[in-house]
Amino acid sequence: MLVLLNDNYYHLRPFKGFKMSRLSLNILIIISFLALVACSAEPSGRESAGLNTISLQSAPDQGASQSEITEINGPVIVYSSRQEHLIKPLFDRFTAETGIKVQYQTGEEGPLIARLQAEGEQTFADILYTVDAGNLWSAAEKGLLAPIDSEILEHNIPDHLQDPLNRWFGLSVRARTIVYSTERVNPAELSSYTALANPQWQGRLCLRTSRKVYNMSLVATMIERLGETETQEVVEGWVSNLATRVFSGDAQLIEAIAAGQCDVGLVNTYYLGQLQAQNPDIPVALFWANQNSSGVHVNISGAGVTTYAKNRAGAVQLIEWLSTAEPQYLFSDLNLEFPANPDVSPVDLVASWGDYKQDTLNVEAAGRLQADAVMLMDRADYR
Amino acid sequence: MNGTLSSGSWFWRCLAFLAAAIVAFPILIILSQWGTVGSGEQEIWQHLFDTKLDRLALNTLMLVLGVGLGVILLGVSLAWLTTICEFPGRRLFEWALMLPLAVPGYVMAFVFLGIMNYAGPIQTAMRKFFGQDAWFPDVQGTAGVIFILSLVLYPYVYMLSRSAFLNQGRQLMDAGRLLGLSRLQAFFRVAIPVARPAIVAGLALALMETLADFGAVSVFSYDTFTTAIYDVWNGLFNLTVAAQLASLLLLFVAVTLVLEKQSRDRARYTQDNHTSQIATYQLIGFKAIAATGYCALVLFIGFIVPLGQLVLWMLKSGFGALDERYLGYLGHTVLLGVMAGALVLVIALLLAFVKRLPGTAVSKSATSFSIRLATLGYALPGSVLAVGIILGFTYVDRSLGTLLSSSVIALLIAYCCRFLAVAYAPVDAGLEQVKPSVIDAARALGAKPGRVLRQIIIPLLKPGLLTGFTIVLVDVMKEMPATLIMRPFGWDTLAVRIYTMTAEGQWETAALPAVTLIIVGLLPVYLLIRSARSSTSRI
Repeated sequence: MLVLLNDNYYHLRPFKGFKMSRLSLNILIIISFLALVACSAEPSGRESAGLNTISLQSAPDQGASQSEITEINGPVIVYSSRQEHLIKPLFDRFTAETGIKVQYQTGEEGPLIARLQAEGEQTFADILYTVDAGNLWSAAEKGLLAPIDSEILEHNIPDHLQDPLNRWFGLSVRARTIVYSTERVNPAELSSYTALANPQWQGRLCLRTSRKVYNMSLVATMIERLGETETQEVVEGWVSNLATRVFSGDAQLIEAIAAGQCDVGLVNTYYLGQLQAQNPDIPVALFWANQNSSGVHVNISGAGVTTYAKNRAGAVQLIEWLSTAEPQYLFSDLNLEFPANPDVSPVDLVASWGDYKQDTLNVEAAGRLQADAVMLMDRADYR
Repeated sequence: MNGTLSSGSWFWRCLAFLAAAIVAFPILIILSQWGTVGSGEQEIWQHLFDTKLDRLALNTLMLVLGVGLGVILLGVSLAWLTTICEFPGRRLFEWALMLPLAVPGYVMAFVFLGIMNYAGPIQTAMRKFFGQDAWFPDVQGTAGVIFILSLVLYPYVYMLSRSAFLNQGRQLMDAGRLLGLSRLQAFFRVAIPVARPAIVAGLALALMETLADFGAVSVFSYDTFTTAIYDVWNGLFNLTVAAQLASLLLLFVAVTLVLEKQSRDRARYTQDNHTSQIATYQLIGFKAIAATGYCALVLFIGFIVPLGQLVLWMLKSGFGALDERYLGYLGHTVLLGVMAGALVLVIALLLAFVKRLPGTAVSKSATSFSIRLATLGYALPGSVLAVGIILGFTYVDRSLGTLLSSSVIALLIAYCCRFLAVAYAPVDAGLEQVKPSVIDAARALGAKPGRVLRQIIIPLLKPGLLTGFTIVLVDVMKEMPATLIMRPFGWDTLAVRIYTMTAEGQWETAALPAVTLIIVGLLPVYLLIRSARSSTSRI
């Protein structure tokens, strides 16, 4: 079902012959350009130059890519789909504690993974850090992540939040659950994700677009738990209960509930946290779904070491460090998520939502069944 | 080295082919994805046919028709008013009406939805006055998307048709009037047909941008062909089918452009550029008020409202993000814009020039084919294009041991591929209005192509070149998806900053970089219009 991009290199072959001479000419044109601006280059120009030097040094070692090339003082390079303001404080702290520098490239996960794959052995990246298990699963399937054998990670991260083959580990937990209007809904009416498909919620439900991976993951785990047929009935029920078109973001959805456009919805908890931090009186509250059955659907942000990492030792050290107490607390402080490490308590606002039962189905299912979930949502006309 | 009429053409033609080949390279990689149709691909295609392909095609078609109509109505009418008529405020509107160009589509979309949706201030106020069930149009539907895209894209049509109207002046209209046409008839039967190449060039740009747009439509959760490309890629993890979908988009664009060109080729319009002074229609009374009001309304909705809302959000969320790194974002944004603008302009000029060189039928059609291919990139969604380029460059890197794929060079080529059409349109439209006889005369007198280019074409083309450079500059500064994935380490730009902030739905914190981006875009737009004005009054 999945087609590896590597196949495509066969199609590139015919270009090889005449591509080079043209390219070199074109490079001449562009280099003359760059020469113009080189003098005015920013400090970052130095950074990227430094980066290039490092990779040039390690280029001869490519054959031994799996072996650990330890450059103790070399930077760890991270491809991250997690946003800069959420990772930079963590990396800064890591550098302060260990002296190991961290460089990162942020971007959308699809293109980042495609880039990592295209770069192959040449890649700069030591770590792939993404939001959502599905992305990590897809990168691991493409052979882009190498297993990590680490007692620290095994101890700190619960089994259901890590790859069964240890190619990636969850670092923070994002719970997707029900929010409701405190003005128009009695929480006793609420129970589970499936119950939102009941006619009782006709014209009262708000959903975010099915394009968002959070919804794909939720439906994927429902497929694993309930099977395709029942899941599709549920999703169709949701769609027929919709109060309005789907939203492009969770924050907009919560605001719509507060404004009275609809009464219940499904969101990641930290979105509510952000709005509660701005406005403690927002008339929207959180309800932990499926507490009498499978538990609340959770997803992760997580990381793995790339197959062709040049600084594997540093990369493993960084991921291990991220699973320890201080950075785990920072995850919840920076973005109101839950620590993946069960021994660490979150910040007060997050703790105020109370304890909840987590779905302990391995999050790997979110990736494995994501394509099925997307197709199911298409069939149910969930847009 | 005296030679025949076509001596020297050879060199230029080769150079043009080379440039076109490099720009077309990522497009070819995308097209090559049809080589892979395994069972997984078949399953996805079947699924798309069964579930949503028809709806997506219909949505996309409605969007193209709606935006096409919208940008023509707005662009042509505003261009006509500000060039041929005189009314209070005209000199301000002349350049200010270009300003929506500086507002990125995705920014316009989230500002508009933030104001107009159910929880926004307008609907909330309406509910207070008229009760909970107060009727309000469905702002998130097709009409809303068309409205937003028309507002941010009409400047392409406005800008190009303005220069056409400036060149044509009032004389043609007057000639039409003398032959017994009414003013309205003269407008539709003389002024518009003569300006048609320019209008169509602007329209083509607006529509290709519409087709490539992912940002604005996804804020609206509106499904189009382009969102399907992303869905197949990110949801179904299949980049091959995504590229195949993208190439269908390209096919559609190519066919449309060829059809338009064929219907136009029968007629060719050139004229003397030496119009002494542009005589204008002095609007008075109601007409003057209506003209001023209309321009003011478009400016208000298309620029003042979004900027005002962004400034409000910026004040609300504070200036905490304003640190020393901010200067770096600004610097990279401008630097990339200027480099890409200059590079794209050189290639566009080269292609447009070589297209007009004498040569055999085969070489001529080969030239126009490669130009057509190279300018298609504008209809490709940025990140699909970026993947094409990354695949190409990493292949080169592996063969040669270079490090191009993560360099500024790769990013600049991505911009060339994406925005060549933007610079090519005004340059080509400008060359279209240079009489072939001028070039023929110079060639007959023994001038080689290089000299013709330097001494005749470039001076005559100055407005077109400036237009091309400015639009590419502004477009590159706004460009997000390709920049996001291809920027070298440390090369964050303002658009990347906006993405970072909006990725988690925090629109308000994106206000600071958005406002900065708009302000940076204002300056070149202002300079462009001012120079266009001075050059016409000088002649």
